Amino acid sequence: MDLTFQPSMLLAILPELGLAGLAAIILALDLIAKGNQKILLGWVTAGGLLVVAVMAALFARPAEQPQLIFGGMLRVDWPAFTFRLIFLLGAAVTVLLGASEHISKRYGEFCALVVVSTLGMSLMASASNLIMLYLAIETTSLPLYILAGFRVLDQKSVEAGIKYLLYGAMTSAVMLYGFSLLWGFTGTTNLYEIADLAKTGGLSPLVLGGTAMLVLVGFGFKISAAPFHFWAPDVYEGAPTPVAGFLSTASKAAGFAVLVRVLMAVFPEVASFWSLVVGILAAVSMVIGNFLALAQRNIKRLLAYSSIAQAGYMLVGVAAHSAFGAAGAVYYLASYLVTNLAAFGIVWLVGREVGSDDLDAYTGLGRRNPTVGLAMLAALLSLGGIPPLSGFFGKLLVFGAAVQAGQIWLAVLGVLTSVVGLYYYLTVLKIIYRPGTDEHALPVSASWRVALLVCVAGILFLGTVFAPMYGLSLSTAGGWF
Amino acid sequence: MIPLAWYLIFAAMLFCVGLFGVLARRNAVAILMGIELMLNAVNVNLLAFWRYLWAPKVDGQVFVSIVLIAAAAEAVVGLALIISAYRRRNTIAAEDMDMLKG
Repeated sequence: MDLTFQPSMLLAILPELGLAGLAAIILALDLIAKGNQKILLGWVTAGGLLVVAVMAALFARPAEQPQLIFGGMLRVDWPAFTFRLIFLLGAAVTVLLGASEHISKRYGEFCALVVVSTLGMSLMASASNLIMLYLAIETTSLPLYILAGFRVLDQKSVEAGIKYLLYGAMTSAVMLYGFSLLWGFTGTTNLYEIADLAKTGGLSPLVLGGTAMLVLVGFGFKISAAPFHFWAPDVYEGAPTPVAGFLSTASKAAGFAVLVRVLMAVFPEVASFWSLVVGILAAVSMVIGNFLALAQRNIKRLLAYSSIAQAGYMLVGVAAHSAFGAAGAVYYLASYLVTNLAAFGIVWLVGREVGSDDLDAYTGLGRRNPTVGLAMLAALLSLGGIPPLSGFFGKLLVFGAAVQAGQIWLAVLGVLTSVVGLYYYLTVLKIIYRPGTDEHALPVSASWRVALLVCVAGILFLGTVFAPMYGLSLSTAGGWF
Repeated sequence: MIPLAWYLIFAAMLFCVGLFGVLARRNAVAILMGIELMLNAVNVNLLAFWRYLWAPKVDGQVFVSIVLIAAAAEAVVGLALIISAYRRRNTIAAEDMDMLKG
């Protein structure tokens, strides 16, 4: 491997450098800004993230062949490129949604933590070395632990932070134990050399499969797939709502990016084994998520169980072990990001103004704020997989991949549990369009409006104009295979 | 010299002790200590492998130092959150963290 440093490598990590700079700028501005000016920090952050996204699209494009840079620490390829843009979009929407008097005193810190976490995710998607991967995962997780417990005066938020930290630290220790075995048996930390060395070293498939299971624990936590989902409902309920949205979308996407990369690069020898394990995880997640969501009366817990089920659908695409399936999972992730952020944005608005996350708080929302009601309609129907919204294509692709890979049982189970899912999404819609007693419109801020508009535009765009994102998903999957 | 396998067995036992601590202890600080034990087991693994099999490469040592740093950062965030809960409730027992359930 070529270890020499070339200046062109800096260009490849320009977006990450930009994110680090942006976090520093926000913290400095936070010191200067007084009182109501802090709300403006959200616009600065979102603008900065947009600039970083433009830099990423212009300068950090992958070449024809994937390249390893910085001595094999990072890989410049399509997965890194696509996921970076997905994370940046998620972070910008989260920051704009978060602007409110509830966190305004420490809004600057909020923005900076989201940006640092995004930096970690971006590195997660491109890391091609065990050490780099672990460091990136921790860079992502630590700010998220703090964000989950961000409202220190609210005991629910603190409790959510503690629970998220304890579960997260435990699962990442198990994953790390797997990493230490991988390094010990092969003597390399480079993901793309481990598989070859394990083959020539005659490592038994049993050991390799066991290590794969240890590593899957850590990633399963990140994507909140059953049976590693216990944290999700509690943390989503307690954490500030924009943070819950960020956790359920961008953080989940980052988990998927590393999950697929590591399974493809490190464990090709035991592919049929992990394909089965991932298939089982997908089935359990779809069943547990959808059926437990039926019983929920709190909308944040309902969305948490729904997000466990959605992780199951994405895993169906991964379990297919084909480029088509992986592309389907990427498409699903992108559409799920805009959809779920819109849903959590509306939950944030209602929870703040009505003061409750109970389903009954949504009575009459369709009459109070017709546009907000319509946006929630689009988001929930997209989660349920109704055309012409984005969720439909995601489901179509992953189930198609399952059928193509001969895993008919997964596709059938997926369709059946989708029907269950549709039932509780429609229940929420019924409540929204039930006449309520209070008919005053809920006040919405400009930044919230922009964020929601972006999300709804994304839902409609990904649901109707299929080709651009599908092409990007296929190139992304090509980078993994 | 002590064979490599002994170190690996020791690390595996240490890891299990830590995992048991995480799953069985009720005190949030004790859970955090269990996690530290698990991370130390990882470090023993890494260093034993490095010393016996891959000594000229630096990867193992770099990995261990990164794990140490990340563990310290994790403990800082964890203790901060636990203290902020303790100030309000005067307890750090995990079973008292029951505001979120359903």
